Amino acid sequence: MASANAAPAVEGWFTSGEAPALLGTRCARCRTVFFPREAAFCRNPACDSDQLDEVELSRRGRVWSYTDARYQPPPPYVPRADPYEPFALAAVELEAEGIVVLGQVADGHGVADLAVGAPVELVVEPLYTDRAGVVRTVWRWKPVAAAGEGRA
Amino acid sequence: MSNDVAIVGVGMHPWGKWGRPFQSYGVHAARAALADAGLDWADVQLVVGGETVRNGYAGYVAGATFAQALGWNGARVATAYAACATGAQALDTARARILAGMCDVALVVGADTTPKGFLAPNAGERHDDPDWLRFRLLGMTNPAYFALYARRRIDLHGATPEDFALVKVKNARHGLANPCARYRKEVTLDEVLASPVVADPLHLLDICATSDGGAAVVLTSQDYARRRGLAALRLRAVATVAPTFPNTVIEMPNFATDSSAAVAPAERTFRDSIAHAAYEEAGLGPEDVSLAEVYDLSTALELDWYENIGLCAPGEAEKLVRDGVTAIGGRVPVNPSGGLACFGEAVPAQALAQVCEVVWQLSGRAEGRQVEGATVGVTANQGLFGHGSSVVVSV
Repeated sequence: MASANAAPAVEGWFTSGEAPALLGTRCARCRTVFFPREAAFCRNPACDSDQLDEVELSRRGRVWSYTDARYQPPPPYVPRADPYEPFALAAVELEAEGIVVLGQVADGHGVADLAVGAPVELVVEPLYTDRAGVVRTVWRWKPVAAAGEGRA
Repeated sequence: MSNDVAIVGVGMHPWGKWGRPFQSYGVHAARAALADAGLDWADVQLVVGGETVRNGYAGYVAGATFAQALGWNGARVATAYAACATGAQALDTARARILAGMCDVALVVGADTTPKGFLAPNAGERHDDPDWLRFRLLGMTNPAYFALYARRRIDLHGATPEDFALVKVKNARHGLANPCARYRKEVTLDEVLASPVVADPLHLLDICATSDGGAAVVLTSQDYARRRGLAALRLRAVATVAPTFPNTVIEMPNFATDSSAAVAPAERTFRDSIAHAAYEEAGLGPEDVSLAEVYDLSTALELDWYENIGLCAPGEAEKLVRDGVTAIGGRVPVNPSGGLACFGEAVPAQALAQVCEVVWQLSGRAEGRQVEGATVGVTANQGLFGHGSSVVVSV
Protein backbone atom coordinates (compact mmCIF):
# COMPACT_ATOMS: atom_id res chain seq x y z
CA MET A 1 0.00 0.00 0.00
CA ALA A 2 3.05 2.26 -0.02
CA SER A 3 2.52 3.20 -3.65
CA ALA A 4 3.37 6.83 -4.38
CA ASN A 5 0.15 7.01 -6.34
CA ALA A 6 -2.04 5.98 -3.41
CA ALA A 7 -3.84 8.17 -0.88
CA PRO A 8 -6.48 7.61 1.79
CA ALA A 9 -10.10 7.94 0.63
CA VAL A 10 -10.67 10.12 3.68
CA GLU A 11 -8.12 12.33 5.38
CA GLY A 12 -6.96 11.59 8.91
CA TRP A 13 -9.09 8.54 9.72
CA PHE A 14 -6.34 5.90 9.57
CA THR A 15 -2.60 5.41 9.14
CA SER A 16 -0.99 3.38 6.36
CA GLY A 17 2.29 1.49 6.30
CA GLU A 18 3.45 -1.71 7.98
CA ALA A 19 1.01 -1.73 10.90
CA PRO A 20 -1.92 0.48 9.89
CA ALA A 21 -4.37 1.67 12.53
CA LEU A 22 -7.55 3.70 12.81
CA LEU A 23 -7.05 7.20 14.17
CA GLY A 24 -9.46 8.37 16.81
CA THR A 25 -9.30 10.73 19.73
CA ARG A 26 -9.27 10.12 23.46
CA CYS A 27 -10.51 12.45 26.16
CA ALA A 28 -7.59 13.55 28.32
CA ARG A 29 -9.82 13.58 31.42
CA CYS A 30 -12.20 10.60 31.26
CA ARG A 31 -10.36 8.46 28.66
CA THR A 32 -13.44 7.96 26.48
CA VAL A 33 -12.40 7.14 22.90
CA PHE A 34 -14.02 8.54 19.77
CA PHE A 35 -14.01 7.21 16.23
CA PRO A 36 -14.40 8.95 13.86
CA ARG A 37 -12.46 11.59 15.78
CA GLU A 38 -14.27 14.03 18.03
CA ALA A 39 -12.07 17.09 18.17
CA ALA A 40 -14.16 19.69 19.98
CA PHE A 41 -15.83 18.33 23.13
CA CYS A 42 -15.95 15.08 25.06
CA ARG A 43 -19.37 13.48 24.57
CA ASN A 44 -19.42 11.63 27.88
CA PRO A 45 -22.32 13.47 29.58
CA ALA A 46 -20.46 13.38 32.91
CA CYS A 47 -17.35 15.00 31.45
CA ASP A 48 -16.98 18.60 30.25
CA SER A 49 -13.44 18.26 28.94
CA ASP A 50 -12.48 19.83 25.65
CA GLN A 51 -9.03 18.29 25.49
CA LEU A 52 -9.02 15.37 23.08
CA ASP A 53 -5.80 13.78 21.93
CA GLU A 54 -5.25 11.77 18.79
CA VAL A 55 -4.88 8.05 19.43
CA GLU A 56 -4.31 4.93 17.34
CA LEU A 57 -7.02 2.33 17.99
CA SER A 58 -6.32 -1.37 18.55
CA ARG A 59 -5.45 -3.12 15.30
CA ARG A 60 -7.14 -6.34 16.38
CA GLY A 61 -10.69 -6.98 17.42
CA ARG A 62 -13.51 -9.50 17.38
CA VAL A 63 -16.44 -9.63 14.98
CA TRP A 64 -19.63 -8.22 16.53
CA SER A 65 -21.57 -9.02 13.38
CA TYR A 66 -21.15 -9.18 9.62
CA THR A 67 -22.95 -9.13 6.28
CA ASP A 68 -22.28 -8.45 2.63
CA ALA A 69 -23.48 -6.19 -0.19
CA ARG A 70 -24.84 -8.38 -2.95
CA TYR A 71 -26.16 -5.41 -4.96
CA GLN A 72 -24.17 -2.35 -5.94
CA PRO A 73 -24.71 0.40 -3.34
CA PRO A 74 -25.90 3.75 -4.72
CA PRO A 75 -23.56 6.77 -5.15
CA PRO A 76 -21.44 8.12 -3.62
CA TYR A 77 -20.21 4.51 -3.46
CA VAL A 78 -17.71 4.08 -6.31
CA PRO A 79 -17.75 0.55 -7.77
CA ARG A 80 -14.30 -0.96 -8.34
CA ALA A 81 -15.32 -3.37 -11.03
CA ASP A 82 -17.80 -3.65 -13.86
CA PRO A 83 -19.73 -5.90 -13.56
CA TYR A 84 -20.18 -5.28 -9.87
CA GLU A 85 -18.39 -7.56 -7.41
CA PRO A 86 -20.05 -8.11 -4.00
CA PHE A 87 -17.98 -7.51 -0.85
CA ALA A 88 -18.41 -8.29 2.84
CA LEU A 89 -18.79 -5.88 5.76
CA ALA A 90 -18.03 -6.40 9.44
CA ALA A 91 -18.72 -4.59 12.70
CA VAL A 92 -15.74 -5.23 14.94
CA GLU A 93 -15.48 -4.86 18.70
CA LEU A 94 -12.24 -3.37 20.02
CA GLU A 95 -11.97 -4.46 23.61
CA ALA A 96 -9.59 -1.83 25.00
CA GLU A 97 -11.60 1.02 23.51
CA GLY A 98 -15.04 -0.49 24.27
CA ILE A 99 -16.13 0.44 20.76
CA VAL A 100 -17.55 -1.33 17.70
CA VAL A 101 -16.23 -0.08 14.34
CA LEU A 102 -17.58 -0.89 10.88
CA GLY A 103 -15.42 -1.71 7.93
CA GLN A 104 -15.39 -3.60 4.70
CA VAL A 105 -13.84 -7.04 4.89
CA ALA A 106 -10.44 -7.54 3.22
CA ASP A 107 -10.33 -8.63 -0.40
CA GLY A 108 -10.64 -12.36 -0.89
CA HIS A 109 -12.79 -12.89 2.21
CA GLY A 110 -16.57 -13.28 2.40
CA VAL A 111 -19.24 -14.03 4.98
CA ALA A 112 -18.27 -17.73 4.95
CA ASP A 113 -14.93 -16.74 6.52
CA LEU A 114 -16.57 -14.87 9.41
CA ALA A 115 -18.40 -15.65 12.66
CA VAL A 116 -19.55 -13.55 15.59
CA GLY A 117 -16.61 -13.45 17.99
CA ALA A 118 -13.97 -14.34 15.39
CA PRO A 119 -10.66 -12.41 15.50
CA VAL A 120 -9.83 -9.91 12.75
CA GLU A 121 -7.03 -7.51 12.02
CA LEU A 122 -6.96 -4.09 10.39
CA VAL A 123 -5.45 -3.77 6.92
CA VAL A 124 -5.43 -0.94 4.37
CA GLU A 125 -6.46 -1.76 0.80
CA PRO A 126 -7.51 0.03 -2.40
CA LEU A 127 -11.14 1.22 -2.40
CA TYR A 128 -11.37 2.85 -5.84
CA THR A 129 -9.31 4.87 -8.31
CA ASP A 130 -10.28 8.53 -8.55
CA ARG A 131 -10.51 10.68 -11.71
CA ALA A 132 -6.88 11.81 -11.31
CA GLY A 133 -5.74 8.17 -11.33
CA VAL A 134 -4.96 8.13 -7.60
CA VAL A 135 -5.72 4.85 -5.84
CA ARG A 136 -7.89 5.78 -2.87
CA THR A 137 -7.40 3.46 0.09
CA VAL A 138 -9.55 2.48 3.04
CA TRP A 139 -9.26 0.42 6.23
CA ARG A 140 -10.59 -3.11 6.12
CA TRP A 141 -11.00 -6.02 8.54
CA LYS A 142 -9.12 -9.19 7.67
CA PRO A 143 -9.89 -12.55 9.31
CA VAL A 144 -6.84 -13.88 11.15
CA ALA A 145 -6.01 -17.55 11.52
CA ALA A 146 -7.24 -19.05 14.76
CA ALA A 147 -3.78 -20.44 15.58
CA GLY A 148 -2.25 -18.89 18.69
CA GLU A 149 -5.47 -17.13 19.59
CA GLY A 150 -6.43 -16.52 23.19
CA ARG A 151 -9.90 -16.74 24.70
CA ALA A 152 -12.95 -16.48 22.49
CA MET B 1 -55.04 15.51 36.45
CA SER B 2 -54.50 13.12 33.59
CA ASN B 3 -51.80 13.71 31.00
CA ASP B 4 -53.98 12.09 28.37
CA VAL B 5 -55.25 13.84 25.29
CA ALA B 6 -58.00 12.50 23.06
CA ILE B 7 -57.46 10.90 19.66
CA VAL B 8 -60.68 11.72 17.82
CA GLY B 9 -59.84 10.92 14.22
CA VAL B 10 -57.33 9.17 11.99
CA GLY B 11 -56.92 8.95 8.24
CA MET B 12 -54.52 7.68 5.63
CA HIS B 13 -53.80 7.87 1.95
CA PRO B 14 -53.10 4.33 0.73
CA TRP B 15 -49.40 3.44 0.48
CA GLY B 16 -48.03 2.80 -2.99
CA LYS B 17 -45.73 4.21 -5.63
CA TRP B 18 -48.03 6.91 -6.92
CA GLY B 19 -45.46 9.48 -8.01
CA ARG B 20 -47.40 12.54 -6.88
CA PRO B 21 -46.25 15.47 -4.67
CA PHE B 22 -46.17 14.53 -1.00
CA GLN B 23 -48.68 17.20 0.03
CA SER B 24 -51.42 15.54 -2.02
CA TYR B 25 -51.17 12.42 0.17
CA GLY B 26 -51.09 14.60 3.28
CA VAL B 27 -54.19 16.53 2.33
CA HIS B 28 -56.04 13.32 1.51
CA ALA B 29 -55.08 11.84 4.90
CA ALA B 30 -55.90 15.06 6.77
CA ARG B 31 -59.36 15.32 5.24
CA ALA B 32 -60.00 11.65 6.03
CA ALA B 33 -58.91 12.17 9.65
CA LEU B 34 -61.09 15.28 10.06
CA ALA B 35 -64.08 13.45 8.56
CA ASP B 36 -63.39 10.53 10.91
CA ALA B 37 -63.39 12.96 13.85
CA GLY B 38 -66.52 14.77 12.69
CA LEU B 39 -64.63 18.05 12.79
CA ASP B 40 -64.10 20.76 10.20
CA TRP B 41 -60.78 22.11 8.98
CA ALA B 42 -61.96 25.43 10.40
CA ASP B 43 -61.93 23.86 13.90
CA VAL B 44 -58.19 23.11 13.71
CA GLN B 45 -56.04 25.49 15.76
CA LEU B 46 -52.65 23.86 15.23
CA VAL B 47 -51.16 21.97 12.30
CA VAL B 48 -48.01 19.94 12.89
CA GLY B 49 -46.33 18.51 9.81
CA GLY B 50 -43.79 15.73 9.71
CA GLU B 51 -40.88 17.00 7.65
CA THR B 52 -39.91 15.06 4.58
CA VAL B 53 -36.31 15.46 3.48
CA ARG B 54 -36.34 14.55 -0.19
CA ASN B 55 -38.85 17.06 -1.50
CA GLY B 56 -36.97 20.33 -1.47
CA TYR B 57 -38.09 23.52 0.17
CA ALA B 58 -41.72 22.64 0.74
CA GLY B 59 -40.74 19.40 2.45
CA TYR B 60 -38.68 21.26 5.05
CA VAL B 61 -41.66 23.40 6.05
CA ALA B 62 -44.22 20.64 6.05
CA GLY B 63 -46.58 22.17 8.63
CA ALA B 64 -47.09 25.30 6.58
CA THR B 65 -47.22 23.29 3.34
CA PHE B 66 -50.13 21.21 4.59
CA ALA B 67 -51.85 24.29 6.07
CA GLN B 68 -51.59 26.08 2.74
CA ALA B 69 -52.76 23.05 0.77
CA LEU B 70 -55.78 22.66 3.03
CA GLY B 71 -56.45 26.41 2.66
CA TRP B 72 -54.88 28.93 5.06
CA ASN B 73 -57.09 29.08 8.12
CA GLY B 74 -54.95 31.14 10.48
CA ALA B 75 -53.93 28.11 12.57
CA ARG B 76 -50.56 27.89 14.26
CA VAL B 77 -48.06 25.69 12.45
CA ALA B 78 -45.07 23.59 13.48
CA THR B 79 -42.80 21.14 11.67
CA ALA B 80 -41.08 18.15 13.24
CA TYR B 81 -38.16 16.04 12.07
CA ALA B 82 -37.01 12.87 13.82
CA ALA B 83 -36.23 10.47 10.96
CA CYS B 84 -38.48 7.39 11.30
CA ALA B 85 -39.89 8.82 14.54
CA THR B 86 -40.94 12.05 12.82
CA GLY B 87 -44.68 11.37 13.07
CA ALA B 88 -44.47 10.61 16.78
CA GLN B 89 -42.48 13.74 17.46
CA ALA B 90 -45.11 15.74 15.56
CA LEU B 91 -47.76 14.04 17.68
CA ASP B 92 -45.82 14.92 20.82
CA THR B 93 -45.61 18.57 19.79
CA ALA B 94 -49.39 18.69 19.30
CA ARG B 95 -50.01 16.89 22.58
CA ALA B 96 -47.78 19.29 24.51
CA ARG B 97 -49.60 22.35 23.21
CA ILE B 98 -52.96 20.82 24.07
CA LEU B 99 -51.81 19.80 27.56
CA ALA B 100 -50.44 23.30 28.10
CA GLY B 101 -53.93 24.63 27.45
CA MET B 102 -52.73 26.55 24.40
CA CYS B 103 -55.09 24.89 21.97
CA ASP B 104 -57.94 22.37 21.88
CA VAL B 105 -57.75 20.88 18.40
CA ALA B 106 -54.58 19.85 16.58
CA LEU B 107 -54.06 18.14 13.23
CA VAL B 108 -50.88 16.08 12.79
CA VAL B 109 -49.90 15.11 9.25
CA GLY B 110 -47.03 13.17 7.70
CA ALA B 111 -46.58 12.29 4.05
CA ASP B 112 -43.78 11.25 1.75
CA THR B 113 -42.95 10.41 -1.82
CA THR B 114 -39.90 8.18 -2.22
CA PRO B 115 -37.32 7.34 -4.87
CA LYS B 116 -36.79 3.85 -6.26
CA GLY B 117 -34.28 1.44 -4.75
CA PHE B 118 -32.00 1.98 -1.76
CA LEU B 119 -32.49 5.19 0.20
CA ALA B 120 -29.36 7.18 -0.63
CA PRO B 121 -27.85 10.35 0.87
CA ASN B 122 -28.01 13.84 -0.61
CA ALA B 123 -25.80 14.51 -3.64
CA GLY B 124 -22.50 16.41 -3.71
CA GLU B 125 -19.12 15.89 -2.04
CA ARG B 126 -20.13 15.81 1.63
CA HIS B 127 -17.01 14.78 3.54
CA ASP B 128 -18.37 15.97 6.90
CA ASP B 129 -21.65 14.06 6.56
CA PRO B 130 -21.52 10.54 8.05
CA ASP B 131 -24.60 9.60 6.02
CA TRP B 132 -22.64 10.40 2.83
CA LEU B 133 -19.36 8.93 4.00
CA ARG B 134 -20.84 5.55 4.95
CA PHE B 135 -21.78 5.04 1.30
CA ARG B 136 -18.48 6.37 -0.06
CA LEU B 137 -16.11 4.58 2.32
CA LEU B 138 -18.07 1.42 3.13
CA GLY B 139 -20.95 1.02 0.66
CA MET B 140 -23.01 0.56 3.81
CA THR B 141 -26.71 0.65 2.83
CA ASN B 142 -29.60 0.57 5.30
CA PRO B 143 -30.27 -3.15 4.69
CA ALA B 144 -26.63 -3.86 5.60
CA TYR B 145 -27.27 -2.49 9.10
CA PHE B 146 -30.47 -4.59 9.35
CA ALA B 147 -28.41 -7.60 8.28
CA LEU B 148 -25.89 -7.07 11.11
CA TYR B 149 -28.73 -7.36 13.64
CA ALA B 150 -30.18 -10.37 11.83
CA ARG B 151 -26.83 -12.18 11.80
CA ARG B 152 -26.49 -11.74 15.55
CA ARG B 153 -29.87 -13.42 16.05
CA ILE B 154 -28.54 -16.39 14.07
CA ASP B 155 -25.12 -16.64 15.70
CA LEU B 156 -26.26 -15.84 19.27
CA HIS B 157 -29.84 -17.14 19.47
CA GLY B 158 -29.93 -19.90 16.86
CA ALA B 159 -32.42 -18.09 14.64
CA THR B 160 -32.79 -19.38 11.08
CA PRO B 161 -33.66 -17.72 7.78
CA GLU B 162 -36.94 -19.69 8.05
CA ASP B 163 -37.77 -17.83 11.29
CA PHE B 164 -37.26 -14.52 9.53
CA ALA B 165 -39.38 -15.68 6.60
CA LEU B 166 -42.19 -16.63 9.02
CA VAL B 167 -42.46 -12.97 9.98
CA LYS B 168 -42.98 -12.00 6.34
CA VAL B 169 -45.56 -14.76 5.84
CA LYS B 170 -47.47 -13.59 8.92
CA ASN B 171 -47.39 -9.90 8.01
CA ALA B 172 -48.37 -10.56 4.40
CA ARG B 173 -51.41 -12.43 5.68
CA HIS B 174 -52.27 -9.61 8.10
CA GLY B 175 -52.15 -7.00 5.36
CA LEU B 176 -54.38 -8.87 2.92
CA ALA B 177 -57.54 -7.04 3.99
CA ASN B 178 -55.96 -3.67 4.76
CA PRO B 179 -57.17 -1.16 2.16
CA CYS B 180 -54.23 1.17 2.92
CA ALA B 181 -51.52 -1.48 2.44
CA ARG B 182 -49.42 -1.39 -0.73
CA TYR B 183 -48.76 -5.14 -0.93
CA ARG B 184 -51.86 -7.31 -0.41
CA LYS B 185 -50.77 -10.76 -1.44
CA GLU B 186 -50.03 -13.97 0.44
CA VAL B 187 -46.33 -14.82 0.53
CA THR B 188 -45.04 -18.33 1.22
CA LEU B 189 -41.99 -19.35 3.20
CA ASP B 190 -40.43 -20.72 0.01
CA GLU B 191 -41.00 -17.47 -1.86
CA VAL B 192 -39.12 -15.53 0.82
CA LEU B 193 -36.25 -18.00 0.87
CA ALA B 194 -36.11 -18.12 -2.94
CA SER B 195 -35.90 -14.35 -3.26
CA PRO B 196 -32.36 -13.05 -3.87
CA VAL B 197 -30.10 -12.35 -0.90
CA VAL B 198 -29.55 -8.58 -0.64
CA ALA B 199 -27.37 -8.47 2.48
CA ASP B 200 -26.57 -11.85 3.97
CA PRO B 201 -28.60 -13.33 5.72
CA LEU B 202 -31.51 -11.14 4.53
CA HIS B 203 -33.42 -11.88 1.36
CA LEU B 204 -35.20 -9.28 -0.75
CA LEU B 205 -38.54 -10.28 0.79
CA ASP B 206 -37.11 -9.86 4.32
CA ILE B 207 -36.52 -6.16 3.67
CA CYS B 208 -39.18 -3.47 3.48
CA ALA B 209 -39.63 -1.32 0.41
CA THR B 210 -39.90 2.47 0.31
CA SER B 211 -43.33 3.88 -0.50
CA ASP B 212 -45.41 6.97 -1.04
CA GLY B 213 -48.12 7.52 1.55
CA GLY B 214 -49.73 9.88 3.99
CA ALA B 215 -51.23 9.59 7.47
CA ALA B 216 -52.96 12.04 9.80
CA VAL B 217 -54.22 12.10 13.37
CA VAL B 218 -56.59 14.61 15.00
CA LEU B 219 -55.97 15.28 18.69
CA THR B 220 -58.13 17.30 21.06
CA SER B 221 -58.17 18.03 24.76
CA GLN B 222 -60.23 15.53 26.76
CA ASP B 223 -62.51 18.39 27.75
CA TYR B 224 -63.10 19.45 24.15
CA ALA B 225 -63.88 15.87 23.09
CA ARG B 226 -66.47 15.61 25.88
CA ARG B 227 -68.04 18.99 25.07
CA ARG B 228 -68.40 18.11 21.40
CA GLY B 229 -69.47 14.53 22.15
CA LEU B 230 -66.64 13.07 20.04
CA ALA B 231 -65.80 9.37 20.09
CA ALA B 232 -62.30 9.31 21.52
CA LEU B 233 -59.43 7.03 22.47
CA ARG B 234 -56.81 7.99 25.03
CA LEU B 235 -53.30 8.92 23.93
CA ARG B 236 -51.52 7.60 27.01
CA ALA B 237 -47.86 8.08 26.08
CA VAL B 238 -45.57 9.44 23.40
CA ALA B 239 -41.96 8.56 24.15
CA THR B 240 -39.31 10.19 21.98
CA VAL B 241 -36.28 9.56 24.19
CA ALA B 242 -32.68 9.94 23.04
CA PRO B 243 -30.15 7.17 23.67
CA THR B 244 -28.19 7.08 26.92
CA PHE B 245 -24.39 7.33 26.66
CA PRO B 246 -22.67 5.07 25.81
CA ASN B 247 -24.92 3.73 23.05
CA THR B 248 -23.14 0.44 22.36
CA VAL B 249 -25.25 -0.89 19.48
CA ILE B 250 -24.08 0.17 16.01
CA GLU B 251 -26.77 2.25 14.30
CA MET B 252 -27.47 3.84 10.94
CA PRO B 253 -25.71 5.91 9.65
CA ASN B 254 -22.80 5.63 12.09
CA PHE B 255 -19.31 4.19 11.59
CA ALA B 256 -18.93 3.17 15.21
CA THR B 257 -20.68 2.92 18.54
CA ASP B 258 -19.98 5.12 21.51
CA SER B 259 -17.04 3.94 23.60
CA SER B 260 -17.72 2.20 26.90
CA ALA B 261 -14.09 2.67 28.00
CA ALA B 262 -14.99 5.20 30.69
CA VAL B 263 -18.72 4.68 31.32
CA ALA B 264 -20.43 1.29 31.52
CA PRO B 265 -23.37 0.72 29.15
CA ALA B 266 -26.80 1.58 30.52
CA GLU B 267 -29.08 -1.14 31.85
CA ARG B 268 -31.27 -0.90 28.73
CA THR B 269 -30.20 -0.62 25.11
CA PHE B 270 -31.59 2.34 23.20
CA ARG B 271 -34.32 0.26 21.57
CA ASP B 272 -35.26 -1.22 24.95
CA SER B 273 -35.43 2.24 26.50
CA ILE B 274 -37.91 3.62 23.94
CA ALA B 275 -40.87 1.40 24.84
CA HIS B 276 -39.84 1.38 28.50
CA ALA B 277 -40.24 5.16 28.61
CA ALA B 278 -43.66 4.89 26.97
CA TYR B 279 -44.86 2.23 29.42
CA GLU B 280 -43.67 4.35 32.35
CA GLU B 281 -45.48 7.39 31.01
CA ALA B 282 -48.67 5.40 30.42
CA GLY B 283 -48.54 3.60 33.75
CA LEU B 284 -48.88 0.34 31.82
CA GLY B 285 -46.60 -2.58 31.00
CA PRO B 286 -46.09 -5.12 28.25
CA GLU B 287 -48.52 -7.48 30.02
CA ASP B 288 -51.30 -4.96 29.34
CA VAL B 289 -50.70 -4.80 25.60
CA SER B 290 -53.38 -6.22 23.26
CA LEU B 291 -51.41 -5.55 20.08
CA ALA B 292 -48.27 -3.86 18.83
CA GLU B 293 -47.22 -2.08 15.66
CA VAL B 294 -43.43 -2.26 15.41
CA TYR B 295 -40.93 -1.11 12.80
CA ASP B 296 -40.20 -4.21 10.71
CA LEU B 297 -37.62 -2.60 8.43
CA SER B 298 -36.56 -6.21 8.16
CA THR B 299 -38.28 -9.41 9.27
CA ALA B 300 -35.46 -10.12 11.72
CA LEU B 301 -35.80 -6.66 13.21
CA GLU B 302 -39.44 -7.41 14.08
CA LEU B 303 -38.09 -10.24 16.24
CA ASP B 304 -35.72 -7.81 17.97
CA TRP B 305 -38.68 -5.56 18.72
CA TYR B 306 -40.59 -8.38 20.48
CA GLU B 307 -37.78 -8.31 23.03
CA ASN B 308 -37.33 -4.53 23.00
CA ILE B 309 -41.00 -3.89 23.86
CA GLY B 310 -41.03 -6.57 26.53
CA LEU B 311 -43.15 -9.28 24.88
CA CYS B 312 -40.46 -11.86 25.69
CA ALA B 313 -36.91 -12.20 27.01
CA PRO B 314 -33.88 -11.84 24.70
CA GLY B 315 -33.49 -14.89 22.49
CA GLU B 316 -37.13 -15.98 22.78
CA ALA B 317 -38.64 -14.03 19.89
CA GLU B 318 -38.24 -16.86 17.39
CA LYS B 319 -40.43 -19.07 19.57
CA LEU B 320 -43.16 -16.41 19.61
CA VAL B 321 -43.40 -16.23 15.84
CA ARG B 322 -43.08 -20.01 15.41
CA ASP B 323 -45.94 -20.56 17.90
CA GLY B 324 -48.20 -17.99 16.26
CA VAL B 325 -48.29 -15.84 19.42
CA THR B 326 -47.80 -12.68 17.36
CA ALA B 327 -50.27 -13.57 14.60
CA ILE B 328 -53.85 -12.33 14.66
CA GLY B 329 -55.65 -14.82 16.87
CA GLY B 330 -52.51 -15.26 19.00
CA ARG B 331 -51.94 -13.81 22.47
CA VAL B 332 -50.42 -10.51 21.32
CA PRO B 333 -50.64 -9.85 17.59
CA VAL B 334 -47.79 -7.78 16.18
CA ASN B 335 -48.24 -5.68 13.05
CA PRO B 336 -51.90 -6.55 12.42
CA SER B 337 -51.80 -3.81 9.76
CA GLY B 338 -49.34 -5.92 7.79
CA GLY B 339 -46.48 -3.72 8.99
CA LEU B 340 -43.75 -2.31 6.81
CA ALA B 341 -43.72 -5.68 5.05
CA CYS B 342 -47.05 -4.71 3.43
CA PHE B 343 -46.65 -0.94 3.44
CA GLY B 344 -43.05 -0.11 2.66
CA GLU B 345 -41.62 2.87 4.45
CA ALA B 346 -42.90 6.42 3.93
CA VAL B 347 -40.67 7.93 6.59
CA PRO B 348 -42.50 11.02 7.94
CA ALA B 349 -45.86 9.25 7.74
CA GLN B 350 -44.92 5.87 9.14
CA ALA B 351 -45.04 6.52 12.88
CA LEU B 352 -48.48 8.09 12.35
CA ALA B 353 -49.59 5.12 10.25
CA GLN B 354 -48.73 2.90 13.21
CA VAL B 355 -51.00 5.03 15.40
CA CYS B 356 -53.80 4.93 12.79
CA GLU B 357 -53.77 1.12 12.88
CA VAL B 358 -53.84 1.02 16.68
CA VAL B 359 -56.82 3.39 16.64
CA TRP B 360 -58.70 1.28 14.10
CA GLN B 361 -57.99 -1.83 16.15
CA LEU B 362 -59.05 -0.32 19.49
CA SER B 363 -62.24 1.08 18.01
CA GLY B 364 -63.16 -2.25 16.38
CA ARG B 365 -62.87 -0.95 12.82
CA ALA B 366 -59.99 -3.06 11.49
CA GLU B 367 -62.12 -5.02 9.09
CA GLY B 368 -60.68 -8.36 8.04
CA ARG B 369 -57.74 -8.07 10.48
CA GLN B 370 -59.46 -7.23 13.77
CA VAL B 371 -57.76 -8.14 17.05
CA GLU B 372 -60.78 -9.07 19.14
CA GLY B 373 -61.28 -7.23 22.41
CA ALA B 374 -58.21 -5.00 21.98
CA THR B 375 -57.92 -2.34 24.70
CA VAL B 376 -54.28 -1.22 24.66
CA GLY B 377 -51.97 -0.78 21.68
CA VAL B 378 -48.30 0.14 21.58
CA THR B 379 -46.17 1.33 18.67
CA ALA B 380 -42.39 1.35 18.41
CA ASN B 381 -39.87 2.54 15.89
CA GLN B 382 -36.32 3.70 15.52
CA GLY B 383 -34.57 5.74 12.87
CA LEU B 384 -31.40 7.60 12.07
CA PHE B 385 -29.49 10.01 14.29
CA GLY B 386 -30.65 8.73 17.69
CA HIS B 387 -34.35 9.03 17.01
CA GLY B 388 -36.98 6.57 18.13
CA SER B 389 -40.52 6.61 19.41
CA SER B 390 -43.16 4.59 21.14
CA VAL B 391 -46.81 5.56 21.47
CA VAL B 392 -49.35 3.98 23.81
CA VAL B 393 -53.07 4.28 23.08
CA SER B 394 -55.90 2.82 25.14
CA VAL B 395 -59.67 2.75 25.12
